[in-house]
Amino acid sequence: MKPIRKKRLMSVLLILITSALGSYLIIKALDSNLDFFYTPSELTDQEIPNNKRIKVGGMVLEGSVLREKTKIEFVITDYKGSIEVVFDGVVPDLFKEGSGVVVLGYLNEKTLYAEEVLAKHDENYMPPSIDIGN
Amino acid sequence: MIKKFIHQFASPKTYMFQVNRAYPYIFYFSVIIYSLSVFWGLFLTPEDFVQGNSYRIIYLHVPASFISQSLYLAMAIASAVYLIWKVKLSVYLVRSIAPIGAITTFIALISGSIWGIPTWGTWWVWDARIVSTLILFIMYLGLISLHDSFNNFEKADKFLSILVIVGSVNIPIIKMSVEWWSTLHQPASITLSEKPAIDLVMLYPLFGSIIGFAGIVTCLVILSSKFQIFRREKNKSWVNDYV
Repeated sequence: MKPIRKKRLMSVLLILITSALGSYLIIKALDSNLDFFYTPSELTDQEIPNNKRIKVGGMVLEGSVLREKTKIEFVITDYKGSIEVVFDGVVPDLFKEGSGVVVLGYLNEKTLYAEEVLAKHDENYMPPSIDIGN
Repeated sequence: MIKKFIHQFASPKTYMFQVNRAYPYIFYFSVIIYSLSVFWGLFLTPEDFVQGNSYRIIYLHVPASFISQSLYLAMAIASAVYLIWKVKLSVYLVRSIAPIGAITTFIALISGSIWGIPTWGTWWVWDARIVSTLILFIMYLGLISLHDSFNNFEKADKFLSILVIVGSVNIPIIKMSVEWWSTLHQPASITLSEKPAIDLVMLYPLFGSIIGFAGIVTCLVILSSKFQIFRREKNKSWVNDYV
């Protein structure tokens, strides 16, 4: 390689390294603010003021869903911590016990009063016939 | 030998000749492959055990997302080649890929939104995967308008390629966003290190649709690059053979 090209290669690498470093610092500074939701165990570790709008994500605990007319109550768990949710409204079709969910709402006395319930599905795709019940 | 070959292919004139020869084959091959794969995916594969029929938009969403990121990597490599070796054709390609990249990213965002309604219960959330993809879309648009805002092509080319390389850090961020942060978007189903989390009957048409989509996008890039070459080399005598 000719010296001039070597020099240009070095400057290209330098650009790449500086921008990677810059983004790394930005991401590091933003830290957990880039997370879309809290997990229930994070909620118990941190002090989150009442009446602050937050998102909590995890699994709907099996056997925890209680329905009464349009009202629905359930427990979100990450198998380390859990939180009770109260919601009045329509849940997505994919909402069911044992599957993923993200809830937006207000925390009050360890209960989450939900405004919106979103379903979170995993990366597995398969035909129903070989559903082995996980 | 190799050096001579590269030098020849790097001339816009040879590129134009070769690309025109290959174009119809790539076009028919990829249209057939994509249509067959989508037909296979829509009508011959079973429903998903959780999502039912709505997962079938995967045959558009995954190819579009994958190609939109691959196009950016291609742009970054072409930019480096331009900055180091000053190959003109290379920067023409960078400029030609940008609008096609914007289109595929847009398709990825729209198809993702449509998929989100029946599954997640929302068409848009500000999670890391979606926002980083939106940034990719805006970057493509920004690169186009940056390049077109200069009167001087040489300056435009230089700034364009430098900025493409700066922006390439976003690609690993998009890729890893579902691992690094909690997102509504699920993690990748197909990874290099593990066995795919998607059943084989759905995976084969998915691979077919990615290959077909890549071919169609290649055709679009070729068309776009021909336009850029005409624009930039309009004073060369060989161009007259084509117009």
